[in-house]
Amino acid sequence: MKQNPLSFQLDIKPEDFLPATEEEKQSQVIMRESVSFWKDGFRRLRKNKIAMVSIAVIIIVMIFSFIVPMFYPYSYEQQIKGANNLAPMQYSAKELARIEAGEKVFPHIFGTDNMGRDYAIRVMMGSKISLLVGLVATAIILVIGSIYGSIAAFFGGWVDLIMMRIVDIIYTVPDVLLIVLLSFALKAPLETLASVPGFGWVKTLGTNLISIFIVFALLYWVGMARMIRSQILTLKESDYVTAARALGVKNGKIIKKHLLTNCIGTIIVTTTLQIPSSIFTESFLSFLGLGVAVPLPSLGSLASAGLNGINSHPHLLFIPAVTISLIILSFNLLGDGLRDAFDPKMKK
Amino acid sequence: MAKYILKRVLLAILTIWAVATLTFFLMNAVPGGPFLSEKAISPAATKALEAKYGLDKPLSQQYLTYMTDALHGDFGDSLKQRGRTVIGIITMKFPVSARVGGISVLVSLIVGVVLGCVAALKQGKFMDGLISVISTLGIAVPGFVICTLLMYLFGVKLRWLPTLGLTSPKHYIMPVAALSFYPTAYIMRLMRSSMLDALGQDYMRTAKAKGLSGKKQLFKHALRNAILPVVTYVGPLLAYTVTGSFVVEKIFTIPGLGGEFIGAISGRDYTLIMGTTIFLATLIVVMNVIVDIVYKIIDPRIKLK
Amino acid sequence: MSDKYLVDIKNERLSFFTPAGEVKALNDVSIHLEPGEVLGIVGESGSGKSVTAYSLMGLTANPGKLIGGSLMFNDHQIENMTEREMRKIRGSEVSIIFQDPMTSLNPVYTIGNQIVEVIMLHTDKTRKEAKERAKELLELVGINEPSKRLKQYPHELSGGMRQRVMIAIALACEPKLLIADEPTTALDVTIQAQILELMMELKEKLGMAIIMITHDLGVVASMCDRIAVMYAGRIIEYGTTDDIFYNPKHMYTKGLIRSIPRLDATEHERLVPIEGTPVDLLNPPAGCPFAPRCEACMKICLRQMPPKAVFDEVHYTHCWLNQKEMMEKGEANE
Repeated sequence: MKQNPLSFQLDIKPEDFLPATEEEKQSQVIMRESVSFWKDGFRRLRKNKIAMVSIAVIIIVMIFSFIVPMFYPYSYEQQIKGANNLAPMQYSAKELARIEAGEKVFPHIFGTDNMGRDYAIRVMMGSKISLLVGLVATAIILVIGSIYGSIAAFFGGWVDLIMMRIVDIIYTVPDVLLIVLLSFALKAPLETLASVPGFGWVKTLGTNLISIFIVFALLYWVGMARMIRSQILTLKESDYVTAARALGVKNGKIIKKHLLTNCIGTIIVTTTLQIPSSIFTESFLSFLGLGVAVPLPSLGSLASAGLNGINSHPHLLFIPAVTISLIILSFNLLGDGLRDAFDPKMKK
Repeated sequence: MAKYILKRVLLAILTIWAVATLTFFLMNAVPGGPFLSEKAISPAATKALEAKYGLDKPLSQQYLTYMTDALHGDFGDSLKQRGRTVIGIITMKFPVSARVGGISVLVSLIVGVVLGCVAALKQGKFMDGLISVISTLGIAVPGFVICTLLMYLFGVKLRWLPTLGLTSPKHYIMPVAALSFYPTAYIMRLMRSSMLDALGQDYMRTAKAKGLSGKKQLFKHALRNAILPVVTYVGPLLAYTVTGSFVVEKIFTIPGLGGEFIGAISGRDYTLIMGTTIFLATLIVVMNVIVDIVYKIIDPRIKLK
Repeated sequence: MSDKYLVDIKNERLSFFTPAGEVKALNDVSIHLEPGEVLGIVGESGSGKSVTAYSLMGLTANPGKLIGGSLMFNDHQIENMTEREMRKIRGSEVSIIFQDPMTSLNPVYTIGNQIVEVIMLHTDKTRKEAKERAKELLELVGINEPSKRLKQYPHELSGGMRQRVMIAIALACEPKLLIADEPTTALDVTIQAQILELMMELKEKLGMAIIMITHDLGVVASMCDRIAVMYAGRIIEYGTTDDIFYNPKHMYTKGLIRSIPRLDATEHERLVPIEGTPVDLLNPPAGCPFAPRCEACMKICLRQMPPKAVFDEVHYTHCWLNQKEMMEKGEANE
């Protein structure tokens, strides 16, 4: 009745039942390579096509705003006589005459504005200013926000209470009000500063641009501070911080080594998302006429100026509008990509 | 609860006072004044005007006078619009902004929550991708660009919608659309991520194991947990939006509070600046208290402190 | 023959389709259960024990996909049922208790609401009757002051209490089968014993069958009639509780038994851990999945999946070593 269960399986030989060696056993173990947090994150980021395209767009825009203007045949403030309000790729009568004469004239790719300035270089300069504002303002916000937030969270108690009340108050004051008042208030001191020897760079950058940086620094760090604070409050409860404290590590070192490094992922993502938001705000300010001063263009002020001629020259509005949207979009998508790659909570 | 409300009210008053004080001194610290730009007026007349409004007195005294009056509900007359009180201007302009703003917040809330839920439910599918594209665009395109695009397309080119003023319901379409664009996109994103978070929770598995239908799982069990971040966002949003957006009011020439405020700032209409700022700060503080209470109602775990 | 079983799973194969590739979560899993019987499924994390039970309720969908076999429960052919039909039996004919009572109850609704919900869904009771029933259920699971508890929120109850509430929800419609997915893992040891005792008591009272999923051999020993030992998505040994504890045949089962601390152990006896880590189900090996960790591994083990070695009506394994022993015995008999 009992049947040999193997009798029909002809391929089994007695030597198959010999013990297997360690090597044979190990050869079967296929381990997935273990990767570090950063390596794993970058791998995920590289796989994310949208994020990679965004990086490419940002790099291209940066090349056009920082490098191309250096050897562009026109300058952003140069008013070409008789070349007012040209359509894209159109030449003025004078330029046509020069072409007739065999001269080479660089085309006005985006045409010119009502003062005869080449619009392509103005858009490039505008992007440069917008990017500059975005990056510098974000850097300032990052520094102030993370220091303020981590101090509030770390010390807790009434220090936290007072510091966060201040944040609440700054949050509640209408930002337009502060921006206008501050930029008026800063104008005179900055101009005085510019005349002091050694501070000539203030003039080069433009007092207006510097006052925008200061306004951003004073106003918009509150969001970052809140975010960092809540991150650190969570981390503070973790066992390794308790352990570090038990070992007698100093407060400053705990903040720097344990707390900031552990929320660095979130900080990177928030920073990347802060850049478009700064550009956004600057464009809004320029639109209100509170941004960078003429003749320096920003994308916002270009769009604002373009609004007046919307019926006759819509491209003067649409080109800066599309550029600014493209920049903000790329940074936003990159930020999303970074979050997917580095935020452990977003792992699928 | 009573203790909590008392505490919040005290804190609110403190915040409003701090904002008012900060605004008052900052405003006065800035060079220039309400009557300096009016070239037609002689120095003597300027002096007389300043004396009339008490601007010649020491700043500390001005501050005390203003605060005492404000406590009694007297926010003074506008310095620039002769014969009109600050309260009169606010009560006239606020309803205009509030109507446009209120409708647009409602639109953003409904569209944002619905599309955010749909995106979360169809995660990774075509609909999710489409909604993500829309919401990313919505966050990336500045408000004035949206406004001018809408105006150019529907107002100038197609001539479907009126471009200026607020005289008929049709007039509301473009300003509301322009105002709700960004918040809708933002709510969509918030809703999608918090919904995905809620859908992955253990209690959703319990709900499914009970035999509940997909709709019931979503609306009863997931939505109530997922809506919290949206509530946090919508509270202050409502306060800012009903007080008017300068950009939208400027482009569509809507006589609202937003434009009035910017006008007051650039004209140094001190009393109007103070009045509007205090009004806005009060709205924001009140909205924050409401958000906290709504939070408590939605999530019983939250303790009001 | 199959109609005498409450549950009859035959050769179930189920895969998760993840971005990284197909994860073969279940391979050729067969299980059957009679009404009122208690089956224990034992295995380490990722061995497929939960997936097997969840698939009975259709809770594995997305990204899990059934790719073979038949699942029979209470005369329903599960794999052919629509989602709408599945909803009708979920919570009424088959219910489940999850591992973590802290997170398995919705924090924003009262206990009463969450019990009444399932009663109203599957019966014709009015809200008032459902509330009465909920009160009865809370009493049944040993919660005092039921009327007060009904109005409380999950965060106001202790872990043990919440698990009792979960049991009350699961038993609300008197299911034929109760799936308990590591019901005591998240609880304190003293509470664990109470919950297990409660479950056995209720089983006697209500007569439902139980599938007990656990990695705690102590739990299965005291409760189960039969035990299935799972490894890497396969049942590698199946038998009565006595078979598994007193006559384990598979090297993995033997290892598991040896790794339990024993109170009656002599001083010099040491706990023996099983070396190595489980296989990666994205790239399952051709042979026996346990082979690389097996101390008696033979050449064939690495090459070919062992067939079933049957000892009696109930007890079987999938192990080449058992095959070899049987073959030698067979030869000796001849």
